[in-house]
Amino acid sequence: MFGKLSLDAIPFNEPIIMGTLLVVSILAAALLGAITYFRQWGYLWREWLTSVDHKRIGTMYIILALVMLLRGFSDAIMMRAQQAIAASGNAGYLPPHHYDQIFTAHGVIMIFFVATPLILGLMNVVVPLQIGARDVAFPFLNQLSFWLSVVGAVLVMLSMFVGDFAATGWVAYPPLSELGYSPTVGVDYYIWSLQVSGLGTLLTGINLLVTILRMRAPGMNLMKMPVFTWTALITNVLIIAVFPVLTATLALLTADRYLGMHFFTNEAGGNAMMYINLIWVWGHPEVYILILPCFGAFSEIIATFSGKPLFGYKSMVYATASIGILSFFVWLHHFFTMGSGANVNAFFGIMTSIISIPTGVKLFNWLFTMFRGRVRYHQSTLWTIGFMCTFAIGGMTGVLLAVPGADFVLHNSLFLVAHFHNVIIGGVVFGSLAAISFWFPKVFGFTLHEGWGKASFWCWLIGFYLAFMPLYILGFDGMTRRMNHYDNPDWHPWLVVAFVGAVVIFMGILSTLIMFFVSVRQRHENRDLTGDPWNARSLEWATSSPAPFYNFAVIPTITSLEQHWENKVTGHAYEKPDHYEPIHMPRNTGDGFIIAAFSLGLSFALVWHIWALALVSLAAILVTFVARTYNRNTDYYVPASEVARIENERFARLATITQVVPPSLRQHEAA
Amino acid sequence: MDFVRVTLPSMYGFCCWLVCAQPRQQSMHIAPNQHMRGLPPSNAACPMRQHPSHHVRISGDQSHRVRLPPLRWATLGVTSLLAGCHLVLFDPRGDIGMQERHLIVLALVIMLSVVIPVIALTLFFFWRYRDTNKNATYAPNWAHSTAIEVVVWGIPCVIVLFLSVLIWGTTHKLDPYRPLTSNTSPVKVQVVALNWKWLFIYPDYGIATVNQLEIPANTPINFQLTADSIMNSFFIPRLGSQVYTMAGMQTQLHLIADEPGVYRGMSSAFSGPGFSDMHFQVKATSDADFRAWVASVRHGQGDLTHDAYLALARPSSNNPPTAYAQVDNGLFEQVVNQYPSSMSGMPGMHSAMNRAKE
Repeated sequence: MFGKLSLDAIPFNEPIIMGTLLVVSILAAALLGAITYFRQWGYLWREWLTSVDHKRIGTMYIILALVMLLRGFSDAIMMRAQQAIAASGNAGYLPPHHYDQIFTAHGVIMIFFVATPLILGLMNVVVPLQIGARDVAFPFLNQLSFWLSVVGAVLVMLSMFVGDFAATGWVAYPPLSELGYSPTVGVDYYIWSLQVSGLGTLLTGINLLVTILRMRAPGMNLMKMPVFTWTALITNVLIIAVFPVLTATLALLTADRYLGMHFFTNEAGGNAMMYINLIWVWGHPEVYILILPCFGAFSEIIATFSGKPLFGYKSMVYATASIGILSFFVWLHHFFTMGSGANVNAFFGIMTSIISIPTGVKLFNWLFTMFRGRVRYHQSTLWTIGFMCTFAIGGMTGVLLAVPGADFVLHNSLFLVAHFHNVIIGGVVFGSLAAISFWFPKVFGFTLHEGWGKASFWCWLIGFYLAFMPLYILGFDGMTRRMNHYDNPDWHPWLVVAFVGAVVIFMGILSTLIMFFVSVRQRHENRDLTGDPWNARSLEWATSSPAPFYNFAVIPTITSLEQHWENKVTGHAYEKPDHYEPIHMPRNTGDGFIIAAFSLGLSFALVWHIWALALVSLAAILVTFVARTYNRNTDYYVPASEVARIENERFARLATITQVVPPSLRQHEAA
Repeated sequence: MDFVRVTLPSMYGFCCWLVCAQPRQQSMHIAPNQHMRGLPPSNAACPMRQHPSHHVRISGDQSHRVRLPPLRWATLGVTSLLAGCHLVLFDPRGDIGMQERHLIVLALVIMLSVVIPVIALTLFFFWRYRDTNKNATYAPNWAHSTAIEVVVWGIPCVIVLFLSVLIWGTTHKLDPYRPLTSNTSPVKVQVVALNWKWLFIYPDYGIATVNQLEIPANTPINFQLTADSIMNSFFIPRLGSQVYTMAGMQTQLHLIADEPGVYRGMSSAFSGPGFSDMHFQVKATSDADFRAWVASVRHGQGDLTHDAYLALARPSSNNPPTAYAQVDNGLFEQVVNQYPSSMSGMPGMHSAMNRAKE
């Protein structure tokens, strides 16, 4: 009836987990109680859970990422604490089975449920606004994608309290991840959470690709697309190309674990190295999926805050595209030590170092965007500069690891760990936090608190260097990754420094949270009345802040790469149109949420082999889906009068501001 | 075009010169290096010598021999600085490790020559063009310059060109499968990664050990590696390269210790709960001491029969160092071949297997 599930699955004897469960339960009860007390369930359901608005969905992606960041970071600081304690005979406070789950969960959560949702969230919010679209191509699909990602995250969280999580490392190499060596449900949780959220990511990739290719405002040819949209386009091509590989790889592992097959086992001709090849065929493009939109965000930020167009726009586009293509030819550098021949290793080493060419070009182009500019020291500029310096180092250590002869001694060491944190924190985290502070007013209508934002930047920057520079050194000192304890006393001081670094990073996370809290409290003082708080350049700043649910009352015609800037210069910005037309919009629906809820049931049932529940959930998913396809009432028209009412309010607000066009621009105009 | 004509050959020359010059320096101090890798002692470890574009090397070499010593000293300085803090990888005790150290330092120096200026320029521009500095030029529409574009694409291309030459040469030279040539005949060690301990079989002597590896210094060691079930990676940081140990497959690794000493060995690929304790001591001794040790093990106790192996292969960790006076003939091959038809698993692996057999 309940498959493998029984009360024994709950780790009652683990005080750390039970304590966490208690805290999580209290917080959840408090949250649900507050929603009930303030009678917000209806609002939540109508405005958020059933929303198909890309800005709302993007925001929810980012909220999901921030919540999961807290979990992923808790794992991180527990690992740092363990390694700071467990020196020279001390076993530390985490037994191997628990510690191994923690570093696995940390990797999985940070990549799939923090970095990926941050990127998908940003693309969701920004892309339709930048190309002058009213929403994404498939709004319902977008909602479904998001809720599938949530299901993945919920499964990972659930695994902590019911059963266990994979203890295999975040890419779950077989044969360790096969049934023979990982007999518990941990790897099954891993498989199904990645399958469900991976499906969500793939659907979003398709959705955004179609949006970018088919829904640009008239006149916006590809080379008039803002550079963030370009990076989003390449990222979505990569998603569509490689996420099916992940799905297939995990499906084969599933077949091994559930159907007694032998794709990756030692027995019956199975070969684990096939899995390792396949997972990195997905895994290496995946890191470019994460970083490219951040490159795009930095490009927008650096141009805006330097008061200049981006230097070498075409160069940037070609660099982005070539990174996308090259990312498919480097996967083997994750296992030079497999024993493949020197020609193979040298080929992949050289291909990897070639990727540093377009990446280097990007760095230079950001440099020359600042050159002869007027750089404003906004928090997002600080993140950008911090990124440029940090990423240069991370890129360098990456190329060093791509030299097979060097990788033979650095592979699997803490040097490697330091390298990918260097590029992921320095690139993706800094990029997302920069992008959040940059685009926040477009979604919420007020700017974020500068002081706390800058405090967060300094804590992250200093914390990063404190936490990860010691790991580079430890890698040179022969310390491998994933060690629960060690007997080399030379390593201990560095690991204590790394722990201190993690604490400083925690202060950075705390500052970010305080920044949101303070900003919401002071929202009336920091209202963005113009819709263009940074004197920015691209189309999204032409509409009001917060952007209305239909984004643009009249779809603009594009004549310039920097349409909004062009309009400001020529004096055509903020012109009131003669009349408004009715706007065609998608209707909110709960279907995506409902399907995702049933998929949670399905995947939980599959993890625990509760076949009856699995069948019922699958049937429910299909029924909901079929019902949805027969639902013809999925769209509506916003009457022109309603559009006029909203827009008139906006122009009334604009009229209260004495100078819509900032002085710097008018000076420039005069010159 | 002047840029290309001048810079390319000179940096290429610099690169070759560094690679060639450094091991020669080393070989003065550590004589055993000279017999490594089958290269004549005078040109030891100089892969660039065979490069087809011979004239480029010579012109670069000669024109920069006089001007470059500061850079060369900088490289040596970085090396000795890092060696000074006794980091394992910068203080290797074997020729392979030594070459890998040079490679790491050289690659880092080449890349730092761009990374440091980029970081400096970033910070400088950020400060110089701050919006409060009204003295700085403001060119609000300037966004393109073909000259700058050529340079920003050119610099990374040149660097990557060097790295590619370096990668191609060193990857072949440091291929773990490539036997080391030496006047001393090599010692064979068969390595089996068990959960979670290491089994070392000495087929030439018919003995075996667990979690302790005794080798003669200044003698090439030919490792054949496999795993009983879960994948691990065999790694002795002070001696150099690591290679995966995989069930049903056999890999190879060739290392040498240049001086007697005790070094740490470990698994560097996570393999489950016992992973953190999966380390062992490597004792490099003089030839005579090694012979004496082999003799003492032979006269000792313990017989690693197939059954004893099966018992040993059961998961356990923190196993004390053990020696076996006798080993079943062909035990290693039995372990490699214990999974039927696993060799046909994957084309790439198949050729790796063939390579291993050669």
